[in-house]
Amino acid sequence: MNQTTARENKPAHIFELYQTMCLIRAFEEKAEIAFDDGFINGSIHQYIGQEAVGTGVCQNLRASDYILSNHRGHGHSIAKGANPEAMMKELMGRVGGTSGAKGGSMHIADFSVGMLGANGVLADGLTMGVGAAQAITLKGEDNIVAVFVGDGTTNRGPFYEALNWAMVYELPILFVCENNTYASSTLTRSVTAGEGPVARAKAFGMPASDVDGNDIVAVDELAADLIARVRSGGGPHFLHARTYRVKGHISRDKLLYRRDGETSENWENEPLGRCAGWLAENGFDESELRTAHSAAYARIDAAVESAKAAPFPDAALAYVDVQDFGPPEPWTKEGGAS
Amino acid sequence: MTEMTFADAVREGLAEEMRRDPLVWALGEDLSTAHGGTSANQYLGLIDEFGPKRIVNTPISENTIMGAAVGAAVAGTRPVADLRMADFGMCAVDELVNQAAKIRYMFGGQARVPLVVRQAIGMRKGGAAQHSQSTEAWYVHTPGLVVVAPGTPADGRGLLKSAIRADDPVVYMEHKDLWVSKGDVPDDEGLVPIGVAKTLRQGTDLTIVSWSKMAQLSNDAAEALAKDGASVEVIDLRTLWPWDKAAVYASIKKTGRLLVAQEAVQVGGFAAEIMADVTENCAGDLKTHARRIGAPRMPVPYAEPMENEYRVTTERVIAKARETLDA
Ligand SMILES: Cc1ncc(C[n+]2csc(CCOP(=O)(O)OP(=O)(O)O)c2C)c(N)n1
Ligand SMILES: [Mg+2]
Repeated sequence: MNQTTARENKPAHIFELYQTMCLIRAFEEKAEIAFDDGFINGSIHQYIGQEAVGTGVCQNLRASDYILSNHRGHGHSIAKGANPEAMMKELMGRVGGTSGAKGGSMHIADFSVGMLGANGVLADGLTMGVGAAQAITLKGEDNIVAVFVGDGTTNRGPFYEALNWAMVYELPILFVCENNTYASSTLTRSVTAGEGPVARAKAFGMPASDVDGNDIVAVDELAADLIARVRSGGGPHFLHARTYRVKGHISRDKLLYRRDGETSENWENEPLGRCAGWLAENGFDESELRTAHSAAYARIDAAVESAKAAPFPDAALAYVDVQDFGPPEPWTKEGGAS
Repeated sequence: MTEMTFADAVREGLAEEMRRDPLVWALGEDLSTAHGGTSANQYLGLIDEFGPKRIVNTPISENTIMGAAVGAAVAGTRPVADLRMADFGMCAVDELVNQAAKIRYMFGGQARVPLVVRQAIGMRKGGAAQHSQSTEAWYVHTPGLVVVAPGTPADGRGLLKSAIRADDPVVYMEHKDLWVSKGDVPDDEGLVPIGVAKTLRQGTDLTIVSWSKMAQLSNDAAEALAKDGASVEVIDLRTLWPWDKAAVYASIKKTGRLLVAQEAVQVGGFAAEIMADVTENCAGDLKTHARRIGAPRMPVPYAEPMENEYRVTTERVIAKARETLDA
């Protein structure tokens, strides 16, 4: 999206990424408040602390490129261009939600911007990403697919099937492994053999790179390069981004499994502060950064208010979009549902 | 008797079995962390008592959790594999259905597969399409498997213990909404036999057969109907395969009317099997054809109004019960 600006004016480009990251951070913080206030049901998996990864990758993609996300998908969605206002409505189960309020937080999707879905089942995005890349190849397009996968999920079998397949058919996929150290309440390294995701990808002969996932400048540079390679027929690539899940696995998580001070130590390395620091060193004054930051929060505050004001969907909409042949029969029918 | 939550009672049951038999062990994601199983602390503290050889904190590897349980069972131990939710259990249907369920038979009885696989079922508010499913009928359809779906803390504990002692592979399906529910749990061993239903309430006009959380809703429905003068008997099957046909037949003989209530999608559900069976075997006792209630055939929606539209509620059970009573 911003590749021209990137080349011409790097600070301006990074500033744009900063704005996106602020939007994601604001979205996640406000969603947590809305959750605690009882406006959101189920659970939310926040992306706080990982904003640079999704932003650096997705902002280097075109609208026609696809991404497949996982359970922690709010940030990926916003970075790919999904509308935060519609997303907030989805979280609150209101009319105007991205998925018509059918899916909620874990099933955000916006096909109009190539966001093919968050996912409640780990690793399924990997194999579906392979299929999306097969489709691109079949249609002869020059689009690509980016698939996001957590560190813990690299222990599921479909991860290996997908990487192998993508290599065998030289598919246009960028696998993005977001290593945030944890898989729920388990330290991923305590259940993971070998040297980690990069070594695993390399075992398939896949070019694999490692980046500080909290450094937006580094993620952006690397992602731009890898995406260009994938797009020009270089086959699948693997990007391993080291980051940290600052919040709990879900917002209610009490983090009993962390040692004292661990969260605050890692908070010092969070990507927005680092990005602001870089921008300050590169010609932006503090007031510009503050303005950008508050603009994001103002936008999300408004999104929250408009979501709260939006109506709930009509119950009858529950029956819509199940399938063409043999759709469900509503309760009102004699004999009950079927 | 001691009052306990479902999750606590089942954890106690598991611990008691692990103390009794050193070859009982558990495996699953997040079992030994400070949360003791992320969903409802069902494993809290067990790691301290039993150590990492018996409370195995696994990678996110559903196929291997299930496959390892099968291998460990045929190799002489009694694993309890936790797949957290039935929705993730689908990732390991192969190992369960193609291996665990068939090994004894296809190898001519050389081996038993004494494993328990825990797969939580049911809707919780806001769970949406991939964290809400009730898949018990899938496994009832599979020869070789036992399926249990307890509805109270005492049954949760007692059936887990029986499942662990059973030599068959047992699919143990606990409802997520029940984990925090409380009930009296016996202070003794409290075994609940596999295949034996429990009559929650006696009645003479209508039999409601149900299981898991829906049995409680059916009981509430019966209470409400009693105020209108209807006498409704409620049977909690507790075990779905083998189900307690004798108890159901005897009740139908008394009431002449049957309603089967399930939370799962109605089409192809377990209620259909019960109805077909009683149609074949109790026709002479039925004053009207048997009826069932289950969810519409659609994924579980997220937003509250749609979620409520989907739900089998006490009110809906009452309405269906009235229809059956009036027929
Ligand atoms: C197949 C499957 N197994 C288990 C779960 C439950 N679960 C949801 S998120 C999660 C941890 C994922 O860890 P990781 O891949 O590192 O992603 P992160 O949450 O850190 O972003 C688990 C075990 C699931 N949703 N799907
Ligand atoms: Mg992780």
